[in-house]
Amino acid sequence: MPNTEFTIDDLRRILREGAGTEEGVDLDADILDTDFEELGYESLALLETCGRIEREYGVTLDDDALAGARTPRALLGLVHSHLATVHAG
Amino acid sequence: MTVSVVVTGLGIAAPNGLGAADYWAATRAGRSGIGPVTRFDPTAYPARLAGEVPGFVAADHLPGRLLPQTDHMTRLALVSADWALLDAGIRPDDLPEFAAGVVTASSAGGFEFGQNELRALWSKGSQYVSAYQSFAWFYAVNTGQISIRHGLRGPSGVLVSDQAGGLDAIAQARRQIRRGSQVIVSGGVDASICPWGWVAQLTSGRLSNDDDPTTAYRPFDAGASGHVAGEGGALLVLEDERAARARGARVYGRVAGYGTTFDPRPGSGREPGLRRAVEIALLDADLTPGDIDVVFADAAAVPELDHIEARALTEVFGPRGVPVTAPKSMTGRLNSGAGPLDVAAALLAIRDGVIPPTINVSPRVDLDLDLVTGEERVAPLRSALVLARGFGGFNSALVVTDAR
Amino acid sequence: MRRRVAITGIGVMAPGGMGVKNFWSLLSEGRTATRGITFFDPAPFRSRVAAEIDFHPEEHGLTPQEIRRMDRAAQLAVVATREAVAGSGIDLAATDPHRTGVTIGSAVGATTGLDQEYRVVSDDGRLELVDHRYAVPHLYGHFVPSSFAAEVAWATGAEGPSTVVSTGCTSGLDAIGHAVELIRENSADVMIAGATDAPISPITMACFDAIKATTPYNDDPGRASRPFDRTRNGFVLGEGAAVLVLEELGRAQRRGAHIYAEIGGYASRCNAFHMTGLRPDGREMAEAIRATLDEARLNPSDIDYVNAHGSGTKQNDRHESAAFKLSLGDHAYRVPVSSIKSMIGHSLGAIGSLEIAACALAMAENVIPPTANLHNPDPECDLDYVPVSAREARLDRVLSVGSGFGGFQSAMVLTRPERNTA
Repeated sequence: MPNTEFTIDDLRRILREGAGTEEGVDLDADILDTDFEELGYESLALLETCGRIEREYGVTLDDDALAGARTPRALLGLVHSHLATVHAG
Repeated sequence: MTVSVVVTGLGIAAPNGLGAADYWAATRAGRSGIGPVTRFDPTAYPARLAGEVPGFVAADHLPGRLLPQTDHMTRLALVSADWALLDAGIRPDDLPEFAAGVVTASSAGGFEFGQNELRALWSKGSQYVSAYQSFAWFYAVNTGQISIRHGLRGPSGVLVSDQAGGLDAIAQARRQIRRGSQVIVSGGVDASICPWGWVAQLTSGRLSNDDDPTTAYRPFDAGASGHVAGEGGALLVLEDERAARARGARVYGRVAGYGTTFDPRPGSGREPGLRRAVEIALLDADLTPGDIDVVFADAAAVPELDHIEARALTEVFGPRGVPVTAPKSMTGRLNSGAGPLDVAAALLAIRDGVIPPTINVSPRVDLDLDLVTGEERVAPLRSALVLARGFGGFNSALVVTDAR
Repeated sequence: MRRRVAITGIGVMAPGGMGVKNFWSLLSEGRTATRGITFFDPAPFRSRVAAEIDFHPEEHGLTPQEIRRMDRAAQLAVVATREAVAGSGIDLAATDPHRTGVTIGSAVGATTGLDQEYRVVSDDGRLELVDHRYAVPHLYGHFVPSSFAAEVAWATGAEGPSTVVSTGCTSGLDAIGHAVELIRENSADVMIAGATDAPISPITMACFDAIKATTPYNDDPGRASRPFDRTRNGFVLGEGAAVLVLEELGRAQRRGAHIYAEIGGYASRCNAFHMTGLRPDGREMAEAIRATLDEARLNPSDIDYVNAHGSGTKQNDRHESAAFKLSLGDHAYRVPVSSIKSMIGHSLGAIGSLEIAACALAMAENVIPPTANLHNPDPECDLDYVPVSAREARLDRVLSVGSGFGGFQSAMVLTRPERNTA
């Protein structure tokens, strides 16, 4: 049964596991509106992160929408909208 | 006028020592790094000993962002490259834009990373395969990651010729410097001590099934029964000698000669290619056999291969004509890491005027080798020959000389 | 005087084109060999198209023992080697084996064989401690892909310098470049040089799926590879091998060999930027091109045709077009550029050698192979990409480039040697 909630702490955990943390970056700080690039995550790290989210939460994230999600808040929103669809369906 | 190429930096990760100082102290003292496999439970396999690099905690040396995307062997290679550049006193940022490159050898790539992704694929499904699988296991990964970490944008490369490859990479680095590069980071690190890598290596038929670390790997001994597999290797900084001298660098020695050959087809009855590789390397170095002060042997510990190597050496140097040693008796065979590690050992031997010993071996008399066994031998050294052979018939020979 | 290097033999195993003749027909007719994957059930994958070869090794004279021993990539290399040697007219029995060497490029080695054997020893991933009792005897040859060079050496009797070059997707160019160096420095007179990869297996599809590098155009497989097109969306994985006979030019001329082309220059650089990403300005590829032209003593305006890397990913085709402008200046807008990956897909390490083979054949025929599937020009890719149909043109000096994971950027120039310089 896939998880139904996806929080910023879930994202922090998945980022740490899948992409590690950049030196000098505190993921536990308020990062909701910090660009992934500023957090040290480039496209490959985000692909790995999204792959992990898709597996864990049973969602399929749209390529173009993903490319537009540049902050944790945007990515959380994207995952939430997919989760809503999954559970509505 | 041919450009002279020198070694100005060493970075070592070996089973009997992490870092050049630890490795060299252990090697001179005859301390072995061979012991029971700890990285997985080897009980069910016929070979259960390995040379594992001790005390390596990747997170102590590398940024967290690199860890999820790197195999163990890449981490060892990255740290070795860091140490080599530090040792050479080179800050790559100070070099002209395309003046420095990376040439490494690989044997099996990041095999453990690949193992884990294959397991994810077949036990869970294709969507469980990591994004990093697209490069973390492949043969070019160490060159790519080292170049990125240090901003080395010049000519680069990767060669695969099993255990001979480490010497081939150093020779290719010399070629690139002769073509105009100023600095090349070169060498090899391999590490496949994981169940899937173990099973693959077992099929070579050359792993020793002996459980006693003091007898398992005995090249040139009547009891030779195959080798112990190890992990690690060395990265070296190679430099145009003029540039090295101009910046007042400490110079370990010169890469003076190189030769490589491939054995005749199995069953052809023709002579194996090792002797020819040695002769080509001597000619290339403009030296005669009498100029060579020590040979670092390939040391297969397979009776037929030991015999071939001993015969090549006695034919070139005469019976017991040159001191021969195999410090890899303390590390096991490191695939592409073996040649560069032996080159580093040869340069340190030249620096200190000592030949490190071959341990656990009492050589077959009929091989007619002057094998340095038991303890190190003090001797003034100016030139060393390093040999490496790869599975299937690859033979490489490299000559290093002091830089006086 | 510098020793010069000639191509005197070509062997090709390509999707839709086994053998030089079929390969050239496919390219010059602008046909595509991309199709829905048939090697395994592609249903679980995001990208389900590939450029596969309908290869039956026993039909190409490989013995059952050789077929068991060799990974598919090694088989393709050996078959291509035999064609190259036969076509070159070289008498290997009368050639000094010590002066004949082998360089084979491969990005991913025996990845298909390893994928299959892993399933066996792990019981489809159930066993973490994989079972050695189920391992095939030749597994070590899959473990270390230097076995590919060994197989080619055994097939030709070569006993000179031999190795595998593995620089990701520039392996095929770099293996030939390495061989050229060995002849020039007088380590060999003859080199059997080329590259092979047979990566169409679940593990490869899965890893390229994960980074969305391969195309999701599954519904129209023949039009899935769209280099330089505005709608391009990833490469199509391919497989294949191309092997050349390279000879010191004077030697080739003395024996009256047919000379396809001379290798005039070669250089490589590294972007030191990212394992899979490219710097948008194409600076390192431009530098590799500049160094190659310099070595060949040519000006940008001397180049008659550019065989592009043209993988059909969004970033590559932009990167490469920028690199051409940076290195060739105004001539970038005049010189025809095309990507044969539009027709035969991207066979990773093999493709560089397949592209050099295509360049040599293009020079022989004075025909530029097209970029198939290019119907919607991309404003960011604004060069002459020879869309859809082949074009006749006098080709005396041809540039081929490659770009690979790990940051490798390589370039090579082929020239038409003047007659009778021996």
